Amino acid sequence: MAADTQEASVDSGFGQISRTKDVAFRLLALAATLIGIVSLAALLLNVAVDAVGWLDWSFLTNPPHPNPNNAGFLPAIVGSIAIMIMIALVTFPLGVGAAIYLEEYASDGYLTRFIQLNIANLAGVPSVVYGLLGLGLFVGLFNIGYGSVLAAAFTVALLILPIVIISAQEAIRSVPDSQRQASYGMGATKWQTIRNVVLPRAMPGIMTGTILALGRAIGETAPLIMIAAPTTVFGVPNSLLSKVSAMPLQIYNWASYPQTEFQYGVVAAGVVTLLVILLTINSVAIIIRNRYQQRT
Amino acid sequence: MSQPDFSHDGIRTARGTAFRYLFMLCALLSILTTVAIVATLLIDAVDFFATVSPIEFLTGTRWSPTNDPVAFGVLPLISGTLIITLGSALVALPIGLLTAIYLSEYASERRRAYLKPALEVLAGVPTVVYGYFALVYVTPALDTILPLSTFNALSASIMVGIMIIPMVSSISEDAMSAVPDSLRQASYGLGATKFTVSTSVVVPAALSGIISSFILALSRAIGETMIVAIAAGQTPRMVDLTDPAGMFLDSIQPMTSAMVQIGTGDIVGQGAAYKSLFAVGLTLFVITFVMNLVSELVASRYREVYR
Repeated sequence: MAADTQEASVDSGFGQISRTKDVAFRLLALAATLIGIVSLAALLLNVAVDAVGWLDWSFLTNPPHPNPNNAGFLPAIVGSIAIMIMIALVTFPLGVGAAIYLEEYASDGYLTRFIQLNIANLAGVPSVVYGLLGLGLFVGLFNIGYGSVLAAAFTVALLILPIVIISAQEAIRSVPDSQRQASYGMGATKWQTIRNVVLPRAMPGIMTGTILALGRAIGETAPLIMIAAPTTVFGVPNSLLSKVSAMPLQIYNWASYPQTEFQYGVVAAGVVTLLVILLTINSVAIIIRNRYQQRT
Repeated sequence: MSQPDFSHDGIRTARGTAFRYLFMLCALLSILTTVAIVATLLIDAVDFFATVSPIEFLTGTRWSPTNDPVAFGVLPLISGTLIITLGSALVALPIGLLTAIYLSEYASERRRAYLKPALEVLAGVPTVVYGYFALVYVTPALDTILPLSTFNALSASIMVGIMIIPMVSSISEDAMSAVPDSLRQASYGLGATKFTVSTSVVVPAALSGIISSFILALSRAIGETMIVAIAAGQTPRMVDLTDPAGMFLDSIQPMTSAMVQIGTGDIVGQGAAYKSLFAVGLTLFVITFVMNLVSELVASRYREVYR
């Protein structure tokens, strides 16, 4: 270090310039890191302030209404939760099953690599295209109804399935091989090893990944529009085949109202509700992850 | 072992085999999904191309699916998508790259521990919320200094850009972390500053990972739907390259936004407008699929070099 400063004083021009550039670049990089976070924080602050006075009990328990003072979010909240429960029921077994196959059974051959590449590619398909898949397959071919709870759930389930598979694979991969060998050594079969050793150890990781994927599912809008889910419904869905709206759809619908009471009031309240529910979901995932990390 | 134990083993093996095939079925479902996507898009798109010729679709410069005279030229929509992609790239690529450099080369372990999750939040906010932000906060704020239309490409592309920053930064950072420390040490040994090491050693060494992150992020921007549907407007028009200001300040319509417009419209029945949804969807799918594939191929190159 001492030699460094000495040299800098001898050839001060060189050291000065590169040090100034170094500091400037460091600050520039820090600013770039912070700019997105700060912008989002400012926008969130704005929407929180706008929601004050609009986000109250009657907003959460009333159906939508053309008069902003009476507008409520209840059918959309119930719709989103109903869709989400169905998605969880579909994606969890399928996602974990696929992950178990890829990590525990599949050989490292051509087929496995093809499936893996395919899953990675599916994760990058635009959500609006999944909407068209739902429209053609579930609404058109299987005829489970335009914008029904089931059609919405199946469509979004296919959308988040690649994410669930990838995170479940990571959780299963993180189980140490020595545990599997110990289980085999005791005479357990492959399936017994998976059920009694691998899955219990990987479960917190799998749960965390699945819940985070559900958080993504609850914000999805475009696929629901494509399967012709109504942007506004006035009643809570009462069957799996009844038409359903969801929180992001209702927000999209309200955002197109020109009145400022909607643009800077009702929509803000809806956005805050959606974000609070999303935050709750993600917190659950993080709590599970942290408890798991403490145990190991 | 005695005979009964063998039969017991047989049952266990049979059950194990059953589960093996059950799980295999789950994994194959992903391939089935891809096949189903391609099939759904193709069936209705082929129907559409029976009434509108593919050449007219791919080279037509007017898009008007419902208003007479109807026209199904996809070029105005592709040019709208290009504007959004260009705008969001100008925001996300430099910021994402600098963020990756900061996280990988400058940030302390502690600072990284809270900056990385904070950045991930940017990708976790529902896109409908970003669209709403663009429409009611960003556009009015920018309108005070620029002559903006209510619906415009500028605020939509800024929002799309912010949304894809974490995609650029996290994949690029992974690539930079994979660069062996010996390369950095060699450069420091020659008297290089941290700036030189970052820009002349780490970035070139991680270039394939960085490029892969760029392609993936742009593919996400192309497929982004709700932000553009809410904030960018519904004016399908060709890009006028001689008028860069007008490109961003006025209303446009990307492919995804056109799909939402048709999807929310009352197009009951199986008319050409409804079928055009699948033709545009197919175009979008092919573009993003090729980009994701290229990104995957580029990324697998750097994995081979350093692992």
